[in-house]
Amino acid sequence: MSVREFEVDLLIVGAGPAGLAAAIAAREAGIYNLVVLEREDWQGGILQQCIHNGFGLHRFKEELTGPEYAKRDIDAARLLDIEVRTGTTVLSVSSERRVTAINREQGLHAYQAKAVILAMGCRERPRGALAIPGTRCAGIFSAGTAQRYVNLEGFMPGRRVVILGSGDIGLIMARRMTLQGAKVLACVELMPYSSGLNRNIVQCLQDYDIPLYLSHTVVDIHGRDRLTGVTVARVDDKLQPMEGTGIYFDCDTLLLSVGLIPENELSLGAGVEICPATNGAYVDNHFETNVPGVFACGNVLHVHDLVDYVSAESTQAGQAAAAYIKGSRAVGVTIPVCDGQGVRGSVPQKIVLPAADQVVPIDLMFRPTRVFSNAFLCVRADETLIVCQRKMILTPGEMAVVTLTPALLEQCRGADRITIEIQQTRPSA
Amino acid sequence: MYDAVIIGAGVVGCAVAQRMALYKGKFAVIDRAHDVSEGASKANSGIVHAGYDAKPGTEKARLNLKGARMFPQLCAKLGVLYGKPGALVLAFDENDKATLEKLLEQSRENEVSGCRIIERQEILKLEPRVNPEVLYALHVPESGLVSPYELTCALADSAAENGVEFLLGRNAEGLSYNGEHWVVHTPQGDIPCRAVINCAGVGAEKLHNAISTRPVRIIARRGQYYLLDHENPLTFTMTLFQVPTAMGKGVLVSPTTHGNLLIGPTAEDIPDGTDVATTREGLNDVLDKARLTWPGLSTRTVITNFSGIRAHEASGDFIIGAVEGAPEGAFEAIGIESPGLSAAPAIGEELGDWVAYWLKLPRNPAYREPTPLPKAFNQMNEKERAAAYENNPDYGRIVCRCEQVTEAEVRYAIRRPVGATSLDGVKRRTRAGMGRCQGGFCSPRVMEILCEELNLSPTQVTKFGGDSWILSGDLNVQQEEQA
Repeated sequence: MSVREFEVDLLIVGAGPAGLAAAIAAREAGIYNLVVLEREDWQGGILQQCIHNGFGLHRFKEELTGPEYAKRDIDAARLLDIEVRTGTTVLSVSSERRVTAINREQGLHAYQAKAVILAMGCRERPRGALAIPGTRCAGIFSAGTAQRYVNLEGFMPGRRVVILGSGDIGLIMARRMTLQGAKVLACVELMPYSSGLNRNIVQCLQDYDIPLYLSHTVVDIHGRDRLTGVTVARVDDKLQPMEGTGIYFDCDTLLLSVGLIPENELSLGAGVEICPATNGAYVDNHFETNVPGVFACGNVLHVHDLVDYVSAESTQAGQAAAAYIKGSRAVGVTIPVCDGQGVRGSVPQKIVLPAADQVVPIDLMFRPTRVFSNAFLCVRADETLIVCQRKMILTPGEMAVVTLTPALLEQCRGADRITIEIQQTRPSA
Repeated sequence: MYDAVIIGAGVVGCAVAQRMALYKGKFAVIDRAHDVSEGASKANSGIVHAGYDAKPGTEKARLNLKGARMFPQLCAKLGVLYGKPGALVLAFDENDKATLEKLLEQSRENEVSGCRIIERQEILKLEPRVNPEVLYALHVPESGLVSPYELTCALADSAAENGVEFLLGRNAEGLSYNGEHWVVHTPQGDIPCRAVINCAGVGAEKLHNAISTRPVRIIARRGQYYLLDHENPLTFTMTLFQVPTAMGKGVLVSPTTHGNLLIGPTAEDIPDGTDVATTREGLNDVLDKARLTWPGLSTRTVITNFSGIRAHEASGDFIIGAVEGAPEGAFEAIGIESPGLSAAPAIGEELGDWVAYWLKLPRNPAYREPTPLPKAFNQMNEKERAAAYENNPDYGRIVCRCEQVTEAEVRYAIRRPVGATSLDGVKRRTRAGMGRCQGGFCSPRVMEILCEELNLSPTQVTKFGGDSWILSGDLNVQQEEQA
């Protein structure tokens, strides 16, 4: 039994917002022989289960639901005649960009691609990764799985709900479960601040009188068959539960919204190096990984808060892959980008600075390590301060961006590294 | 009337049942759980012990060695993964060398071949990530690995293929002899039988003491574990034990047959033999102790934690055979803690033959050898995958992305002779939901297939039977009602 082999210029793994935006950009940049492989039976990725609104404010200047946002890209890809194969799971990606995949129509098949864009998105951190003690009864769901049951399958996962973690999906599900008649008893957050967007705290918890317990966590899970309750306790400044602070909640459902992890198992198989701060690939400003011709964008690279930024980043990745395939990419000197004080997970981790007439602006994205108010966001080329912006608020729940304009990038020329940092007081230049 | 009823569908009960299927008779296995392998057999270290550890002259020593030697052939016949990577018993203190020498001596008495004591340099050559402060180790080349629940499910299938009935979700609340035959009392009614075999694990004490003149005392000993994601290459290829010291037995760090790493267990005697909760203290204890073996241990790749309960009998040895002081026809396998998994095939063979002999049953002329389980998709090479698809297009749809489990395999798991009826049942038979996302992505798909195969509505699907429901309501129905 032989495996059917295909040759393509560009293969994109995933037809969520990242994969579609990358595909559209690459096609518009003149790449015609490209294919997008999607494991679900539909395009649009997780957006299809996000039926709430709030998508597209930056990109389209209007408020769309997840499916509406996805439809714009799906329609654009269709108009461009981009081949998207759904129901197709990629099984492996090699460092030589041979990709094997399987689906019900073709069976096992393989592609040899000139370039590969990894756009697999992320998965939710499960209970086991947190080591929450207790029984292993039914009724513990990651928030996204619960969202899928409610919004795509039309089933309720429970009636009395506690939510652990104040990530955006958890907050959205607090409202969703309430609207469908469930009682959401509490949202419990380990940290002294929420990791979700502020607008979601207001619109999904406060508007429905759902209490948010900051600096608390679930310390025990009760129930033999189905969940019957959870014990929640306050944590100290080392995040350890404090004796005597336990609160028992009588509930049948625990939703976990405790973080997203980029799905990089295929990337690892291709030899892509993973950055521990982002759990995504190390990339340059072309979103190319350490493996030549293998690019990464969207939530598989680093977890975003807003799909608008996923689309913007992936458009750049698609253009960069097109330039790589056509051999038209600007070459230059490489400068690493480092996480300085108060900063974690900067992307890209290095920039390639071409000749002065080819320099275009570069966005550096990162997350603050904690909540800062009235702080200074600084960028240094070696020790030289080249950016110093005063920020009202910087929080780990919202990705921060600083743009290096061509003028600023010129100041970086010759530097050994670029460092992003957050200072509480204005640094001396 | 049944010729024999086996109480307990763990690895021992299923091994006995599979052996009894060689004989012509009417047999049943009953269990309070809704699937086989729901007790100790689903949550243990999965080690096929070489046999150096058991005290010479005990049933544990004899059956461990006999059972371990049956494993390679048995697993090949059943199509269950088995590996023999060997083990190291690590010593970090000069004083512990004497213990290793005692274990070595014991290995010779128990006729375990190939054991020897090695020193740091050789240890680190075999396992470079081991704590470099290690001094000595007992190298046990015969130490093996198996997935205990895969083995149990396969044994159950083979028994069922030969007509053994599996009455699951039936709790044996009591046993009595009416002067002619035995009666197993269950909430769903009495089950009469000529012989009864108590393989009820932590539940065996009550049944035994009700009919025996010599009471037993089963201590429920809980063991908590961490399971880590699989990685390639594996951090460790061998099972790493710690030498037992005055401070305790230590924990093991071991690969599994599927390339995960397993760390544990604790050993806590608990009052409730069904309390498989994990505790903060227990889980921290496992990590602390495991770091002696593996200083670089990080919890970053932890997939899950769980606990299992071993049935420790106060005398410390297995109790196997006819129940002492009871009317004839009552048999048992009691106190089957470690190395119970390793011994299970031997216990099954001896006890099964014994009961059949007592019942004077002839050989079953229609006996069918086990149908080996098909190779898992995630173990296949490209050619095998392409061929599997040609035979069954359901191999073309991946249901569980983390473990690369296909729709064909999920359907097969449900259709097997003792098929899966719940999410956990599918998980243990296919590994769908066993991976790093813990079923986040695949459980809606697995539920869909369970509904199709078993003609259920999604609200009827459970995690493991009983009251372990997953969905509380159907919004489509609610909306129709409102309209």
